[in-house]
This record gives sequence, C-alpha cells and structure tokens, in this order.
Amino acid sequence: MNDTADVVVIGGGIVGCATAYNLARLGAGKVVLLERDYLASGATGRCGAGMRMQWGTETNCLLSRESTRMLEQLPELLDVDIDIELKQGGYLLLAYTEKMAAQFKKNLQLQNSLGIPSRWVTPAEAKEIVPHLNTAGLLGATFCAKDGHCNPFKATAAYAKAAERHGVEIRTNSEVTGIEAECCRITGVKTRWGTISTPRVVVAAGGYSKQLGRMVGVELPIYPERHEILVTEPVEPMQDSMVMSFHHNLYCQQSPHGSFIMGIGHPDEPESFNTESSWQFLGEMARRLIEILPPLAGLNVVRQWAGLYDMSPDRQPILGPAGDVEGFHVAAGFSGHGFMIAPITGQIVAEKLLGLKTALPVELLDAGRFARGDLFVEPSVV
Amino acid sequence: MSEQLEDDIIICRCEDIKLSEIRQSIADGNLSTEEIKRSCRCGMGPCQGRTCMPLVAQELAKATGKPLAEISLPTFRQPVAAISLGALAGGERHE
Ligand SMILES: Cc1cc2nc3c(=O)[nH]c(=O)nc-3n(C[C@H](O)[C@H](O)[C@H](O)COP(=O)(O)OP(=O)(O)OC[C@H]3O[C@@H](n4cnc5c(N)ncnc54)[C@H](O)[C@@H]3O)c2cc1C
Repeated sequence: MNDTADVVVIGGGIVGCATAYNLARLGAGKVVLLERDYLASGATGRCGAGMRMQWGTETNCLLSRESTRMLEQLPELLDVDIDIELKQGGYLLLAYTEKMAAQFKKNLQLQNSLGIPSRWVTPAEAKEIVPHLNTAGLLGATFCAKDGHCNPFKATAAYAKAAERHGVEIRTNSEVTGIEAECCRITGVKTRWGTISTPRVVVAAGGYSKQLGRMVGVELPIYPERHEILVTEPVEPMQDSMVMSFHHNLYCQQSPHGSFIMGIGHPDEPESFNTESSWQFLGEMARRLIEILPPLAGLNVVRQWAGLYDMSPDRQPILGPAGDVEGFHVAAGFSGHGFMIAPITGQIVAEKLLGLKTALPVELLDAGRFARGDLFVEPSVV
Repeated sequence: MSEQLEDDIIICRCEDIKLSEIRQSIADGNLSTEEIKRSCRCGMGPCQGRTCMPLVAQELAKATGKPLAEISLPTFRQPVAAISLGALAGGERHE
C-alpha cells in the first residue's frame, strides 16, 4: 500500500489533536494522526481538568491567557457542536509563608502587566470565595475569576472532530514503533500496520516523547513522572473556585458535574512509566485536604487513578524542531499543565512547522534553550 | 419492545444514562467500553460500572459484530467501595 502523508502527528491527546487541526487548517496538506490506544487515553483523559492563568513565567502566562480566550469560545472557533463544559469559577492560590506571599505578589505584577485579571485577597476575602476554607495560618491568596475547568474528553473530541473535517486522518490503535530517517531527514513512520512515508513528524506523545525521540537519535530532556488523583461522588454545588496550595502541594476543584477532583504532588516521585494507583495517596490526600477544607471529610471517594506528567527541566514545554534531524518536531514537556495551554500550543507548533509567523514569540520555547542555559524555572507547579 | 421504549431504558443508574445515549456514543465512533465511559460518564458513578458495563459490552458486541468475549471491560479503579475522605484520613474524623 502506498501510504504517504505531508505530516504525521504522533499522539492523540489534546496537544496532538489541536496540532493536527491547526496543521490542516493552515494548509499543511495531508495530515495523519497516530494514537497508540484511543483519543485522550494518556495524560489528557487523566488530568485534573483545571485551567488557570496565574503563572510565574511570562511564557506560561501568555500561553494560558491566549488558550483561555480560545477555550471560552472553542465550539464556535472550531465550528463543532460539542459542549466542553467550561466553568470559570476562579482559582484561589493559597500563601502560607512570607516567601510564598512575596513570590505570589511578584507573579501578580507579571500577570497584571499581561492583562490577566488576578488579584491579592486577604484570608477573610478568601473565605468569602470558599466559605468552607480553613484560614488558620493563611497569610492571603491570589485569585483569578477567569480561571476554571473544562472537560478534557470533550475538548479533545472537539479538536478531533474539527481536524477530521479539515481532512486529518485520525488512526487510533496505531502505536508508532519506529521513525525512519535518511541523511538526517525524516522519511517515514512505522506502525504494525505498515510504514507511512512522510518528511515531517510532530511528536506529541506526552510522557513517551523521549522514547520517540530516541527512535531517530534525538535526545529530548523530557521525563515521565506519575501523578495521582481522585474523584468523589457528585454533590450539590458548594465550591465555585479551584483551591490550590503549593504549601500542601495539592489542588481541589468541584466539577460542573458536582464531583470533587483533587490531587497532590510528590517531591520524591521517581522517573517512571508507572501509572498504578496507591493506597498511600488516598490517606495522604485526605489528610492534607481536610486540613484546609474540613467539611469535605464527609465526601465519598468513588475512584482514583494516575497519569504521567511529561516533565521538562524548566517546567515549560518544548515546541518546534528539535535535534538535528530535519522534519522532527516536538510538542511536549508540559510538566503538568498541558491541557489548559493546548489551544495556543497546537497553533504555534503548526505555525512553526509551516514557517509562518507564530501567534506568540516562541524563542523561549525552543529545544535549544537548555543548551544555551536560558532557564527560568516556573515556580508555581503542583 | 419498541425501539422508542428501548431507547429510554436506563443503563447506568448512578449517572442516569439511557440506552439511547450509549447507542449515540457508539455511533459517534466510541468503539470500546473505555471510550464510551469517558464520552458520557456511564460507569463512572459510585458502583463503578458493575451493572452497566456488561450491558454496554453487549451493545458494543451487537454494533460491531464482535463476539462478546472480545469486548474488554474498563480498567477497574480503586477503591472497591465508596469511602469517605474522613475515613481515609484516619480514625477520629470517621463519620
Ligand atoms: C493527574 C494529572 C493531573 C493533571 N492536571 C492538569 C490540570 O488540571 N490542568 C492542565 O492543564 N493539565 C493537567 N495535567 C497535565 C495534562 O494532562 C497534560 O499536560 C496534557 O494532557 C498533555 O497532553 P498531550 O496531548 O501532550 O499528552 P497525552 O494526553 O499524554 O497524549 C499523548 C498520547 O500519545 C500517545 N502515545 C504515546 N506513545 C505513542 C506511540 N509510540 N505511538 C502512538 N501514540 C503514542 C499516548 O497514548 C497518548 O494518548 C495533569 C496531568 C496529570 C497526570
């Protein structure tokens, strides 16, 4: 069979789908998306579904600001009839130490300078936003009312549908087992179904991206790290805002469906592809959560799971060409916040690949920054 | 039973999902129990799909012409029974 493409996108998470859509829309020709399992089966379908613009680096602020604008009108932008369950109830980021408060205030200056409507709130004001918040020890918080939640499966489905309408061929159940190159340029992509001849690939394989790079000798500084999460039974709406505490290393949000989604970060989590759930997580999550949101002790947990963060050294993604193999592009290294920035990411990656002017200045996002030592590490991550 | 009546059958009692919604999900291209679960929340409630997922598997077998034995059920997620955060936090807060 003569199987050819102008670009092959590897990975059917939100980033792969958004990239494929933009490539086709911007005239990349025949675009094929290959997904090992089914769409959103990786981190996208396992994520906390949160979206915020309160970041500590200019890059993350801009990526999230632009993406929020797009998510606010995604069905219209993509011209699809899918409700992505967007809810903008805000994000409350809690500060417990002077150092943290100082960092937050610095972040606020940056955010406000970029038009992000975040503000400082006192413990009393925080309690107005989240009445069941225990404010003991709290110095204050930052709040952005435009932050919130949207459904990752629906958002991915919306991009996939729009992509297909623009002619993208989406092939699920198609694991990439090899990437072929000749004289330093990409020539094809292998799956068990055969080889697709193509001069370009975009690796959007989340925590597996390093593996894919190695298939052509490109070493990406991205590694997988397990993060655990749980969901409770649905209850009446009682918490509009996400509550996030870097001190407790946790986040907790009530979804529009009524269930509470929450997770914690682990400073000692080793690099691995492990996505097993642990009992330790349940106990630790519950103890830390009840400390700051005591009334939630009565909620029943119905399910827990885990997914991979694709960590990069500065906790910001790598977008665009990488290594010295011509035609090899990457959209990975999202470090736990790739869902919320996927809309603009997909656009930038496509623009870069096609040699178009990018929507945002992206010098800060290229793979070369690590070698140049241009590192400014995002401070605000759970 | 008429098609109409059949469509109204509740498949997932926890999330209140009707047979028609399962059929729609399959028609939308969701051809595994995992995908159907994620597309419409079927099986995501407190019972974790004990009742509905075998029914969904039957629908999938019908729609795809595959033998039922080849339709796999979704990954089973802990905890086995719903348990309160208070109980998980340990001891005294248990209600
Ligand atoms: C517990 C948890 C909570 C999170 N919470 C949030 C949050 O609240 N907000 C937020 O913005 N982000 C959050 N994230 C991060 C977010 O999920 C990711 O950054 C985002 O989904 C990345 O999307 P992606 O498309 O790059 O990756 P993925 O969704 O992982 O997609 C990569 C895809 O590539 C496929 N793949 C891998 N190898 C191959 C291969 N060889 N061939 C073909 N396909 C392959 C995989 O099957 C997968 O579907 C969270 C992540 C986790 C794990």
